Amino acid sequence: MSTDTLPLDAAPTESVVGLKQRLRRAERRRKLLYGALILPLALFLVIAFIWPIAALLKRSVDNPEVHGALPQTLAVLKHWSGDELPPAEAYAALAGELAAIRGTPELGAAAKRLNRETPGYRSLIMKTARKMPLAEGVDAQGALMTIDSRWSDVDIWLAIKRTGAPYTAFYMLSALDLTIDADGSLSATPPEESIYLDILGRTFWMSLIVAACCLLLGFPVAYLMANLPQDKSNSLMIFVLLPFWTSVLVRVAAWIVLLQNDGLVNQALMALGLTDSPLQLVFNRLGVYIAMVHILLPFMVLPLYSVMKGISPVYMRAAMSLGCPPFKSFWKVYFPQTLPGIGAGTLLVFIICMGYYITPALLGSPKEQMVSYFIAFYTNQTINWGMAAALSAVLLAATLVLYVFYARRLGASQAPAGR
Amino acid sequence: MKLISTVALIGTAVLSGAAHADLTVISFGGANQQAQQAAYYAPFSAASGIKIIAGEYNGEQAKIKAMVETRNVTWDVVEVESPELARGCEEGLYEKLDYSKIGSKADFIGKAVGECGIGTFVWSTVLAYNADKLKQAPTSWADFWDVKRIPGKRGMRKGAKFTLEFALLADGVKPADVYTVLATPAGVDRAFKKLDEIKPHIQWWEAGAQPPQMLASGDMVMSSAYNGRIAAAQAEGKNLKIVWNGGVYDVDSWAIPAGSPRIKEAYEFIRFASQAKPQSQYAALIPYGPTHKGAVGMMDAKVAADLPTAPANLEGALPSNTEFWVEYGEDLEQRFNAWAAR
Amino acid sequence: MNAYASPVERAWYIGLRVLVGLVLAFLVLPILVIIPLSFNADSFLMYPMSGFSLRWYEDFLTSPAWQQSLKNSLIVSPAATVIAMALGTLASIGLVRSDFPGKTLLMAVLISPMVVPLVIVGVAMYLFFAPLGLTGTYTGLILSHAVLGVPFVITTVTATLQGFDFNMVRAAASLGANPVTAFFRVTLPLVAPGVISGGLFAFATSFDEVVVTLFMASPQQATLPRQMFSGIRENISPTIAAVATILIVLSTLMLITLEWLRRRNERIRGARST
Repeated sequence: MSTDTLPLDAAPTESVVGLKQRLRRAERRRKLLYGALILPLALFLVIAFIWPIAALLKRSVDNPEVHGALPQTLAVLKHWSGDELPPAEAYAALAGELAAIRGTPELGAAAKRLNRETPGYRSLIMKTARKMPLAEGVDAQGALMTIDSRWSDVDIWLAIKRTGAPYTAFYMLSALDLTIDADGSLSATPPEESIYLDILGRTFWMSLIVAACCLLLGFPVAYLMANLPQDKSNSLMIFVLLPFWTSVLVRVAAWIVLLQNDGLVNQALMALGLTDSPLQLVFNRLGVYIAMVHILLPFMVLPLYSVMKGISPVYMRAAMSLGCPPFKSFWKVYFPQTLPGIGAGTLLVFIICMGYYITPALLGSPKEQMVSYFIAFYTNQTINWGMAAALSAVLLAATLVLYVFYARRLGASQAPAGR
Repeated sequence: MKLISTVALIGTAVLSGAAHADLTVISFGGANQQAQQAAYYAPFSAASGIKIIAGEYNGEQAKIKAMVETRNVTWDVVEVESPELARGCEEGLYEKLDYSKIGSKADFIGKAVGECGIGTFVWSTVLAYNADKLKQAPTSWADFWDVKRIPGKRGMRKGAKFTLEFALLADGVKPADVYTVLATPAGVDRAFKKLDEIKPHIQWWEAGAQPPQMLASGDMVMSSAYNGRIAAAQAEGKNLKIVWNGGVYDVDSWAIPAGSPRIKEAYEFIRFASQAKPQSQYAALIPYGPTHKGAVGMMDAKVAADLPTAPANLEGALPSNTEFWVEYGEDLEQRFNAWAAR
Repeated sequence: MNAYASPVERAWYIGLRVLVGLVLAFLVLPILVIIPLSFNADSFLMYPMSGFSLRWYEDFLTSPAWQQSLKNSLIVSPAATVIAMALGTLASIGLVRSDFPGKTLLMAVLISPMVVPLVIVGVAMYLFFAPLGLTGTYTGLILSHAVLGVPFVITTVTATLQGFDFNMVRAAASLGANPVTAFFRVTLPLVAPGVISGGLFAFATSFDEVVVTLFMASPQQATLPRQMFSGIRENISPTIAAVATILIVLSTLMLITLEWLRRRNERIRGARST
């Protein structure tokens, strides 16, 4: 502060100009200083969050397996036209490289990558590698063809060349149920293998249903709370906030206990004579919907409530005093004012829903699994990280589009308080 | 504030470092893990002073692969199924075993002695049902498929492995021919077509503890299940029954992820757990067949009769074909997953 | 409700209350139903209960796996919360007090861990942290949980700061307080409720986190929710009900604290504006 003491004794005009400048400078310095406070967090998020995600997305086009395992073979194949069998050096290079990486994860990865291109390739590589290294001075071409006759097949060699590029659109296309044929043209994946468009559609559809149910159930709750005296609405709020703060796993466990075949709901239904045999309420779509609506309902009620709280009752009263029937005045006057809240709540529930993994995994059958499940499946089960990355890219793109929409409309500071 | 976070970071780094003295053993969880805890982990810790951190997984190899590739191996001993072991061995995911540190190869049944893993028990995936809820007992996979005669939900393991074998067995393929048929595209189509027939009636499970649970609660009338888990439920008084006919049996092995920093302790553990006596104790807790030839002689005839390796139970059973699943596994699992999700 | 209401209005009045009652029951009853079952004497999660027993709590308190997971949660969540609070509070002050092009965008980026699907966060961090040797360590797990907690600190603290009159800091300075004194004697007491509720949110997020933990943690670091996940998938035992009950009590406590903070905040604000 002492450095900023004002020069009161200077000439008036000069001092005003100087003061303005100095003030502006001081202000700028202050803002820069405060801006610097953001740096530690920004740095932390870049390293621990943004970089990892960028690296994951890059994996969706990465194609390192064959490129890294067989560089010399690929160098020879680079000048090969693909019309007839490759030159003898290609056989020699391949034999040498297979011998070098025998028994390492690199060989396994390359074999697996080739197998995705041409089924059966994995065993061909493994079988050949097992016979490596060749004895000194042996003709590699003849030796490989003796080990397996497929080495005299042009297509087998073309597959190496095709998978040898450092980058590939293979995974991204697969995530959209597309493949590239041997002749390089795009076509749809055969029906028994194409699922991802279905899965994506299912993810959207389930999110939509859940958001719609939440809106239907949440609207009356928010409406009543907004129109009750503060102390009463505060006590109702407890009913909304308690589940909100309760662990998702606790709620999933509770629903399994309630909905399983000999669970409480079925016991009650049978005691009331509504059904003779227990109904299937869980491990199907219904169970997933029930639990997801239960988990996400507070995310709908809270934004709706905060918007409705700000709606003045004066307009409704004015409409009614002018002779408009109650329901019409509700529909024409009150309801339009709640639209921002409806938009916020629905979008929020929809966004959270799209990324759900735990609830469908624990409460659903394979038919309820959404995109997230397949990302986890490819990461853990088949170790196909390219595919996991491609599906992540699709899901992330869909989420971010909605998020931008949400943030534009409602301001980033009101971003979802999702868990 | 920053100081606090730095201190917290250093503190946790020290903590995570301290955990490295213990041996992490990962197996298929549930009743199996409880039996391993009692027969292997606890006695081993008592004898050696090495604390064991027991974890469970469902056989997925991704974590092991990531650990080995990044040379940050935190799992020391893993229970692995045969195809995964064979595949992982070829790809360098597992240490090649030095049998001089374990025992004599001749002491073990042939299928148990592997390059990268030593078999620890023989288990079988069998047809199981709740005898309290079914008037008519099923006797084969064909009955499992007969939804008219025996209505209700059926459980199957979510995955291609064994599910496709059962489908072919139900379709009348002889056990000896199952893998020859399945190795052809037409055979695969046939299996999936057979599965289509009962798809709406199938309840998929993933963890071995689920089938006994769901059979007991009446959520399904019959299910494929690991025989040991059914026995555990029987011991708790549930009236569950096993159909040995058409069961597929396999060996699970202990293996050491390549580059484990505690390889010496890992060998000590495997050596301990591969002796006849602990194996017989394990089998008494959960009826999976021991791999040590000496173990059968140490147990009750009653216990031995419940093992998948008992001669009576081997009739009509099918040994899982490791080479087949190594070769076709990824393709079939992917196709299965696409099929199941539809 | 006045005496001249038409039957339609009366029906509407009652119908709305019944409907809301049903929805609120749907929200709360499933959570409450599991509490008594945790005191059941036998191992079935069914009513009627056969008797009162604390055996499932005993099981929770004596099982090494549950104990380890409780310990892990009590290491990971507080540490992650401290990091998220420290970095988040600093950045919030910076965000509110500075002005530069692209600030809205930066804000959106800082909050984005909240919207990116957790599976993507989990897979990305797992594949990125594994080569650094951070998967399967407390450090890696704490860092990942801190990332997830940051947006909650930012949103609550910036909201609190937006209502904060920085002239009070100037006033303190003009009365001779140095910046550090002014921060601790003036700024902090006034923004504390926001910081603490942000911290509570971050803590709850970490304490309930399972997806990222599934990828990042090995069994040594398995947290309470991770242990519950295996438990639910394999076998819904009454021990799960006992753990659930403990967690419900805990979340109720957090809810009460938060409500108290909110009221306190309102009181301070109210006192100032009058």
